[in-house]
Amino acid sequence: MSRLPRAASVAAEASHPPAGLPGLDPKFSRLVRAAVSERGGEADVSAPVTRTWHILDNGPELAKLGVETVGTVLCVHGNPTWSYLWRSLVSEATADAATGHPAWRIIAVDQLDMGFSERSGLVRALPQRVRDLSALTDALELDGPVLTFGHDWGGVVSLGWAVDHPELLAGVMLLNTAVHQSEAAPIPAPLRLALARGVLGNATVATPAFLETTLALAHPPLSSEVKNAYRAPYRTAARRGGIGGFVADIPVDAQHPSLGELHRIAAGVSALSVPALMLWGPRDPIFSDRYLDDLVERMPHADVHRFEGAGHLIAEDVDFASAALTWLGDRQGATSTSPNPDSAGHGSVALRAPLWQNLDVMRDSDDVALVEMVPSSGDGPRVVSWKLLSRRVRQIASGLSKAGVKKGDRVSLLIQPGADLTAVLYACLRIGAIVVVADAGLGLRGLTRAVRGAWPAHVIGAAPGLMAARALGWPGQKISTVRFPAATARALDVQHSLADLIELGADEVLPEAPRPDDTAAVLFTSGSTGPAKGVVYTHDQLSAVAEALSSKYGIGVGTGLVAGFAPFALLGPALGARSVTPDMVVTSPKTLTATAVAQAVAAVDATVLFLSPAAVTNVVATAPELSAPDYVALRSVTSFLSAGAPVSEPLLTAIATLMPNATPHTPYGMTEGLLMTDITLAEIREATASAPEGSAGGVCVGTPAATARVRISALDVNGDAVGEPSDTPGITGEIIVSAPHVKDHYDRLWLTDRASKREVASTGAGERWHRTGDVGHLDSAGRLWIEGRMPHVLVTANGIVTPVGPEQRIETVAAIARAAVAGVGPRGNQQVVAVVETVRSARRVGLASPELASAVRAATSVPIAAVLVVPHLPTDIRHNSKIDRVRLSTWAAGILSGGRMTRP
Amino acid sequence: MRVLVTGASGLLGRAVATEIAGQGHDVRTFQRRPSGLGGVVPRLSDELGSVTNADDVARAVDGVDAIVHLAAKVSLAGDPADFDRVNVDGTRSLLAAARSAGVARLVLVSSPSVAHSGSSIVGDDAGPADPEQARGDYARTKATAELLALAADSPALHVVAVRPHLVWGPGDTQLVARVVQRARDGRLPLLGHGAALIDSIYIDNAASGIAAALARVDEVHGNSYVLTNGEPRPVAELLAGMCAAAGVKAPGWRVPAALARAAGSVIESVWRIAPGSDEPPMTRFLAEQLSTAHWFDQRRTRADLRWTPSVTLDEGFERLAASYRAE
Repeated sequence: MSRLPRAASVAAEASHPPAGLPGLDPKFSRLVRAAVSERGGEADVSAPVTRTWHILDNGPELAKLGVETVGTVLCVHGNPTWSYLWRSLVSEATADAATGHPAWRIIAVDQLDMGFSERSGLVRALPQRVRDLSALTDALELDGPVLTFGHDWGGVVSLGWAVDHPELLAGVMLLNTAVHQSEAAPIPAPLRLALARGVLGNATVATPAFLETTLALAHPPLSSEVKNAYRAPYRTAARRGGIGGFVADIPVDAQHPSLGELHRIAAGVSALSVPALMLWGPRDPIFSDRYLDDLVERMPHADVHRFEGAGHLIAEDVDFASAALTWLGDRQGATSTSPNPDSAGHGSVALRAPLWQNLDVMRDSDDVALVEMVPSSGDGPRVVSWKLLSRRVRQIASGLSKAGVKKGDRVSLLIQPGADLTAVLYACLRIGAIVVVADAGLGLRGLTRAVRGAWPAHVIGAAPGLMAARALGWPGQKISTVRFPAATARALDVQHSLADLIELGADEVLPEAPRPDDTAAVLFTSGSTGPAKGVVYTHDQLSAVAEALSSKYGIGVGTGLVAGFAPFALLGPALGARSVTPDMVVTSPKTLTATAVAQAVAAVDATVLFLSPAAVTNVVATAPELSAPDYVALRSVTSFLSAGAPVSEPLLTAIATLMPNATPHTPYGMTEGLLMTDITLAEIREATASAPEGSAGGVCVGTPAATARVRISALDVNGDAVGEPSDTPGITGEIIVSAPHVKDHYDRLWLTDRASKREVASTGAGERWHRTGDVGHLDSAGRLWIEGRMPHVLVTANGIVTPVGPEQRIETVAAIARAAVAGVGPRGNQQVVAVVETVRSARRVGLASPELASAVRAATSVPIAAVLVVPHLPTDIRHNSKIDRVRLSTWAAGILSGGRMTRP
Repeated sequence: MRVLVTGASGLLGRAVATEIAGQGHDVRTFQRRPSGLGGVVPRLSDELGSVTNADDVARAVDGVDAIVHLAAKVSLAGDPADFDRVNVDGTRSLLAAARSAGVARLVLVSSPSVAHSGSSIVGDDAGPADPEQARGDYARTKATAELLALAADSPALHVVAVRPHLVWGPGDTQLVARVVQRARDGRLPLLGHGAALIDSIYIDNAASGIAAALARVDEVHGNSYVLTNGEPRPVAELLAGMCAAAGVKAPGWRVPAALARAAGSVIESVWRIAPGSDEPPMTRFLAEQLSTAHWFDQRRTRADLRWTPSVTLDEGFERLAASYRAE
């Protein structure tokens, strides 16, 4: 008690919370007495002492409903909150039970000295806290399956209980918490401050500073009513002793009395095999992603969801109760049918060649593997033979192993596409390290978010990437692509350079290769359709991507390949292709010129050319600069692919004229499934000509490519994709795809992953389906037509409206260059608004003239409430073609309700 | 069925009386001046009198099975006591007379302004009438009248309220004629940028909607329904459509919405002291009406009344143009 003020030793009876706290139903409040032995530390009393707890418990309510409970969730709050934190879970679980869903008993305790439980006046260290909880559950005579649910320091206590009650334990659930403090990393700064001499007692007990600081961590801020509810049990210093006690119990050094118990719990957690759920708020100054990573390492089977934007008070920031009940429902369903297979197991694993196989096969070949037209070293072009690439990959792989990179470690690659990236990528794959790849096009903020989310153990990058990593505090051991002067290396916290690794790995001794179902990569989505998501692929699934490209486009050993589209470019060596990186700023595809393409083609006698849509535009624009020899070079191209977003037929026609022997293709895919359908220019023309009158329209993306399958989950009248997956033509719905090369799952986004597999996971044995979030239909020829994105579907009083078809028809109006369809008003009664760019660009935003408005209305059968003219439609920077119609709708709603005429 | 239609001297009243008579009912109209329909429309006769006179009202309701009550003081300015006398007292007296005469059905023609507090209405359904929140004497007294009428709903007397929004069409002296006249005089400004989405209803649709409410009153009594064309348009487009139909130039000058609202308040209070021959050019109510969105959810209306508008806005504008050409 020495470090806390005298007020902390004041004893007081337990009581019920005051009435009227928002969201807290008094009927769930109970006082429970239990005998607990208090020993060790200052709480050394020989005989058991009877203490009184305040708890929230829906057990009596469930009994009144006459329902049988399927299990108990034991919720333990942290410091300085109380059982109020769990109020929505208690209420929602009870409401669910009342409406016929499985009945979960929720018990949320106020730990002793906290909330409205008894003030013992003693310091209760971690071992005592764990014993306290056991004493309480003994008194409650819990017998059924029990799942623990803890937050903050309550997470540790709940896991202590979990480790001690294997006979009752059915699962563990956690909100932001930690069970281990790495020796290598300091404890979080806010806690260091709170623990400082002279600060502890003042900050935690004498004043409500610690409490107030915690309550200020909510995103968005808590209402004053909710804040007052959290303050209710801690109004005076005498009520706050427990807060100080908890902070004093944080094991700051090896001598701390609670450290042993913490280690015992941490070790016990690593041995747990029960289902686990972690709901995490990344904006937490205390329990940052570092601790999540530790927990995931201890329980790799856990379902994890990071709620982007949520923080320490995740229970207030997001609807954690629904998420938890959904998870509980899934567990309930899973145990009643068949045991859940291991996370990585999904049917038979096909026998595909490992990604590095060609590097082994061609280890002695002097043939060209890679060409970099403008390498970062300056002298170009840089030509790398298979022999050299193969050796470098083995050396780097061996060096990485010796530098401590293990199988399953995540390695973030912040390297521009080119020879270095290719070598490092294949080296990581070979040793089973998981590569984390996020496109620099995400911008620094998006990239930081992605890297923090994936929490790599190692970062390999060039100077710009490493500087960002240093400045923004990205995690992981740092490895540089070039050797820095010692001072720079120290400043950037760089432990190794690639050259060091090559030296280290000179003996080319390699660890065992990973298995096909081991995780190979986390690829981040472009972020054009929401915050970037990490997409997890296994080795076999990546091999399947290569296989699909090979079988669809005939790319194989010796094929010359211009790699202007990063995701496919990296697969060059896996395909055995001779690939060339053209002269361009990789993060800005529109810097690629026609001449640069022609030179790249000439460098490897390319027959296949991959470009991103933005690059296509610029290549066409710069075509007049092509020389006669350039044209000759381009004649060798037989396949041209534009991937990433649809390209218009006129643009495709324009680029086709530069490559008279090439078949232009536009594949349809996404980070979660890189090649799903394909269509050629000729097929686009045919499809457009044969589209039946009155069809929903859209962009035709052709027929399923390679082994992919495409189904439609029909939209209902509310615009929800609830239909049974079907290939019936003419039905508009969410597009769902399956192939050996679709993603395994989303990284640390359990809810998102669950939604992406909703009601299709079981379709076909061993088949992995992915809901794309795109809307479209199949036609009678089996071709897929894209009508927009799911969030862009409008629900009007007359039915569903998908945007792309009406936009195409509006764009047939001569005066209109580009159109976007947005919606205003409540879903179900939305009005359709056309937002248009005119051929003669408007100088300011305004209503269309009556003539233009009636031309727009005449062009489409969809009723249009208003036509707004804008100088420029906002588009996604990376693709320069994807329009964020949700944002546009919000903007239009402002103007059409009488708001200011701002730019979108 | 014998149906009494009050207030059949106005555009909407005449259209409703004609519509109901056309459906085969015997119609008695009741207003101070001849409707102009008596002897022209079959099965229709005029009864002259005022809703403010109890004897007139008793005479009017005698022997009818149903009432469609449109008679009201519709104006943007005037003595508040006049509004109360006609709209509130008149409705109260009609309800009393209907009860004592054993009339079984009553359709009250109300206005969406009874539930409009001045903020935007974006796709909402009919809210409850609220005299406290309503803007201006017209809306306030119509709100009170609607509450009175719905309170009188009972097994013996089925009452339903319908609220047509911004009725317009050929022969309209309330809205179209004023818009056109002011545009012709160059006195019609656009408030703000004129993009606020506004619902309106073409006269024939309003008449058929009210007739539908009468036909369905036994099933839907006790409720209020907003009636619109279900085709919201930016207010500038709507005004331009009317002007184009009349062959006059659409308003080209703008007044900031906030300024118009403030100016409206001033003019409104001055007008009260020194009433002129015309309505005030701008009232606060009108400024709000013309610068904020108000469009509605018609799904419940259409489903409950089993009614859909048969004339689109574009067809309506064509008919309006034809009527101006015929002048």
